[in-house]
Amino acid sequence: MNAGKFRAATGARGDGSFLPNLGKRQAAGRRWAAAFAAATIAAVLVLGALVASIVNDAFGLVAMEYTVDPATLAPGGDIEKLSDAELVAALEGNLKSRRLRALGNEKPLAERERADLLALVEDEVIKWEVVETFSLAESLLGRAEVDAFVAAEHPQAKLVFRSWVNARYLSASQSATAIDAGVRSALIGTLMTILITVATAFPIGIAAAIWLEEYAKDDKWNRFIRVNIYNLAGVPSIIYGMLGLAIFVRALEPVTSGAAFGAAADPTGANGRTILSAGLTLALLVLPVIIINAQEAFRAVPRTLRESGYAVGATKWQVVWHHVLPAAFDRVLTGTIVAVSRAIGETAPLVVVGASTFLTQDPTSVFSKFTTLPIQIYQWTARPQEDFHNIAAAAILVLLVLMLSLNAFAIILRNRLRAKKRFA
Amino acid sequence: MTGNFPEETNGRPSLARRARPFEAAIRGLLFVSAAISVLTTIGIVLTLGTESWGFFREVGVLEFLGSLEWQPVIGDFGIWPLFNATLTTSFYAMLVALPVGLMVAIYLAEYASDRVRETLKPVLEVLAGIPTVVYGYFALATVTPFLRSLLGTELVGVYNTFSAGLVMGILILPLVSSMCEDALSAVPRSLREGAYAMGATKLEVATQVVVPAAFSGLAAAFILGLSRAVGETMIVALAAGAGPKFTLNPFEPAETMTGHIVRISGGDISYDSIDYRSLFAIALVLFLVTLALNILSRRIVAKHWEVYE
Repeated sequence: MNAGKFRAATGARGDGSFLPNLGKRQAAGRRWAAAFAAATIAAVLVLGALVASIVNDAFGLVAMEYTVDPATLAPGGDIEKLSDAELVAALEGNLKSRRLRALGNEKPLAERERADLLALVEDEVIKWEVVETFSLAESLLGRAEVDAFVAAEHPQAKLVFRSWVNARYLSASQSATAIDAGVRSALIGTLMTILITVATAFPIGIAAAIWLEEYAKDDKWNRFIRVNIYNLAGVPSIIYGMLGLAIFVRALEPVTSGAAFGAAADPTGANGRTILSAGLTLALLVLPVIIINAQEAFRAVPRTLRESGYAVGATKWQVVWHHVLPAAFDRVLTGTIVAVSRAIGETAPLVVVGASTFLTQDPTSVFSKFTTLPIQIYQWTARPQEDFHNIAAAAILVLLVLMLSLNAFAIILRNRLRAKKRFA
Repeated sequence: MTGNFPEETNGRPSLARRARPFEAAIRGLLFVSAAISVLTTIGIVLTLGTESWGFFREVGVLEFLGSLEWQPVIGDFGIWPLFNATLTTSFYAMLVALPVGLMVAIYLAEYASDRVRETLKPVLEVLAGIPTVVYGYFALATVTPFLRSLLGTELVGVYNTFSAGLVMGILILPLVSSMCEDALSAVPRSLREGAYAMGATKLEVATQVVVPAAFSGLAAAFILGLSRAVGETMIVALAAGAGPKFTLNPFEPAETMTGHIVRISGGDISYDSIDYRSLFAIALVLFLVTLALNILSRRIVAKHWEVYE
């Protein structure tokens, strides 16, 4: 900036005196400094608001109505206290004989497990039904209003505090009613999908990075590959979904449906819309990120390490395998886990590839239909009913815990590897 | 290279000249792995290209790019309602991410102490690592109800592009702020010192020296942020509304390009139908727009680093 412009901008006089405007300029400086800090604080607060809104919806009071009052079955309405025989009696006393016969044909009541009996009593005798749900904030801060509201609107209903994330939620499958729905198949689906993604993208990504960093000459082809990888990293994830739909679901259907292996056609008729297709699609999606991260890891390995390997007569691959790779492995691993935790949260490409909208069975093989946690969150959020938003929030908590533990695992692993390493 | 080594040393054949099939095989394997990324690109271009070609033979490029109606049921395939909704949500996203992102970056690069910076940057990274479907939930279940209670339920729809755009701005904010911060930090210290020597205040140094000097880096960050906004899917799929509609009112529902692809492909769609192919035509537009933005951004960044390295 030249002196004239500076003088004009600051109002300084030619005689070197800055005084006339100094107070004003400093005040502006303080105002803007406060604004910059405020913007930063706002960004942090937004993260807080995001977490708060999810916790707010994942816990809270629920007003429930029943068909048979649990207090008539057990003292205080606590059916957990009943013995197995009493549970069977409760079932026999309240269910229609036709239903009893159907249950008996499946498996005689007397031979059933306790958890099974408890579930039956809850689902078929008491028949809890959610009539109203309240957020955590309402439940804690406005308990009186909640009580008054429920007393006026649903005098029959019983108010209970509910954590929407609970043991039953984690072990139950999809259901048409929110209170019975769980995330088990989605959780298994997520884990299986990610396993396929890692199993394919990790070795290929590392190999590609080794090629680019250790072997490739700086010629036209390799420059093209590099630019291409950067561009792929910027392609919207939904485009990968379209690619997966066209390639894995349709073109390679015999392979991805399992028909080609005779293992074959999933009885549920998944066609190409299988866990395998989903995992491979996500693998293509994270591959560029894994490659870029691994390249950085290899670049950080000191040159001297390679030179000393060559000096004792090692071949190129021996240097890479025995020296460069171990030295870079902690960074490679962290980079990969960051990429994979991104893949866990991906939703759009899996919707496009054909995630099942309503899956009550656990996936049995990689050729099964699939759903994943983010897909469940999407589908439950898209429903208008309040209680589905509650289970969506609960699924978000499960997803975030899964991602956090993966990241924590990455950090621990990295520190372990670092401690073992003799050089930086 | 082998040519520089002797045929034999001490009467034995030189090790350097030995044929090593294993090494050659590894070399080939590594190259193939690297080439898979190129195959991915070819795959994307081919699938989008062929399916779109089928679509354009039936519909025509002119109608696709010229019509303001997208109603597959009666054969109207004009991309403008979808494209317009994408522009609207991206506009509001950038309206949030651009100023706030820049201010956060200026604060972190110029004002914050090392300790504050080391604490805040991981927080922003956490924000960047949250899955977009969670932001979608946040938009629909928290931000929209809040806006409705603030501005009135008649004005703000249950689904609207404004709230989707707002939350998308939050999503892109960490990306924009971290790229901007990198650009600001790359400005050499001597430039700042020069301005201080002339009596400039901290604010004047930041806004009149550092920001202009880092301008190309900042521009690249905004362009990349915009590209992310255009391709973002789950927030708009959940919060912006279902059903293509050409509207400039941000409080009305309107479906974006990505939202449309997700909604239609999530339902039962028969392959080889015009509806199926139309999705690929939309995806092609999406791909070209984001690719152009990404390339532009990378060009600008490369130029920027050339200046200061």
